[in-house]
Amino acid sequence: MATYSTNEFRGGLKLLLDGDPCVIIENEFVKPGKGQAFNRVKLRNLKTGRVLEKTFKSGESVEAADVVERDLQYLYTDGEYWYFMDPENFEQYQADATAMGDATKWIKDQDICNVTLWNGQPIAVEAPNFVVLEITDTDPGLKGDTSGGGGKPATLETGAVVRVPLFVQIGEKIKVDTRSGEYVSRVKD
Amino acid sequence: MTSLPVRALLEARAGFLEEIRRFFRSRGVLEVETPVLSHASGTDPALEPFHTRYKGPGGERRLYLQTSPEFHMKRLLAAGSGDIFQLCHAFRQEERGARHNPEFTLLEWYRLGFDHHRLMAETAELVQHLLGGMLPVEKRLYADLFVERFGWHPLEVDLETLAGAAVELGVAAGGLERRDQWLDLLMALRIEPELGRGCLTFVYGYPASQAALARLCDDDSRLACRFELYLEGLELANGFYELTDAAEQRARFEADNRQRRELGKAPLPLDERLLAALETGLPKCAGVALGVDRLLMLKLGAERLDEVLSFPFDEA
Repeated sequence: MATYSTNEFRGGLKLLLDGDPCVIIENEFVKPGKGQAFNRVKLRNLKTGRVLEKTFKSGESVEAADVVERDLQYLYTDGEYWYFMDPENFEQYQADATAMGDATKWIKDQDICNVTLWNGQPIAVEAPNFVVLEITDTDPGLKGDTSGGGGKPATLETGAVVRVPLFVQIGEKIKVDTRSGEYVSRVKD
Repeated sequence: MTSLPVRALLEARAGFLEEIRRFFRSRGVLEVETPVLSHASGTDPALEPFHTRYKGPGGERRLYLQTSPEFHMKRLLAAGSGDIFQLCHAFRQEERGARHNPEFTLLEWYRLGFDHHRLMAETAELVQHLLGGMLPVEKRLYADLFVERFGWHPLEVDLETLAGAAVELGVAAGGLERRDQWLDLLMALRIEPELGRGCLTFVYGYPASQAALARLCDDDSRLACRFELYLEGLELANGFYELTDAAEQRARFEADNRQRRELGKAPLPLDERLLAALETGLPKCAGVALGVDRLLMLKLGAERLDEVLSFPFDEA
């Protein structure tokens, strides 16, 4: 079992806390005048995304979490799992809906996603920052309106709904920022 | 603070040192220098000294870098130095953070015939002088801080309540067994950050178990004549109405080493030269150590100690 001493704590280090993998966001060394020293640590639970604070007695050791990030290619879904492949060694991984989170709204097969693996299992999947998707449904809108003001909802091929300018039509492809869920531009083939 | 141009930082630091020397000269306190390397170190379980090896004439031996100049200065006092001060570097293993550098500048001074209350007053005058303002001064009993914040007395509360309070505050840490460790935890994370907001806050009346090198109070032996100074949540100074009893000092060193073993730390050799000096007689005095870098941080509005050092630890 690999462990880290508090002296090795730094941002980005992955620890196992209460059975969950966590990453250190901030590490602060505190010590009262004369007395016991502590490390006050802010962490993100990599499974839930929740941020928590923990205090450790300085010098204590904490179990390391075997967590790595990989760029994996999305292959397909069977409805229950989403399947990915490491393009370098062709190893396959399956992620469940919890690990997928919002990523299911944005990704299409062939997309490269940043996947967090804990003990070799995907626990978090990040869609690419920008994706290009085809509009499958939206109101026709007014012909010739290129002002861009207002906007309307549009359903994309993945099922996601984004607000688009009035001039954008069914069958067109658009670029979306997956972090904000916002329309960026139209894309010509 | 966006990082200060190097010349401005150096000037601010030099000005500080000059003002400190002027302050003490005007009061007849003599500047001294003592060795940084010594055959022994303090035994305080919460301080870990650096050590190195001497090789050469006289034989090979282990030497310690001082965690403070206290022992040598007390030997000078016992030898008849009179009031003394020192500006020096101190070294502490394992201490690195926004407010800690393993090597730092310490101002330490001793006043004959002073008790801790008189020394608190002088410490306040020095800090006011260096910061160039008249901050209000308040004195708070250690126990009162806990009563006010948590509703219980730190020496009377049972360990379960103490631990429970830490859990409730979401700051519980594993592996804490001693009352003082739980008190340190709550002090460091919940009380200290609020101390000295817009004023100089002296905390005194520490538990006897945290006396370090202070004598116990005549009127209540559960308490030690020790004080700490805080400004803007930052601990600046630690002072004692000094313990002068050699036998009691030896007993504390030995208790420290027992505690070190319990904590899985190596015991340290006792400084027999200090103990011998106490035997010959340390005059009644009070002494205090002040972190010069930290005070400079406050003066310059810095967020991290690194910003006021000419070369922080990672660049030294």
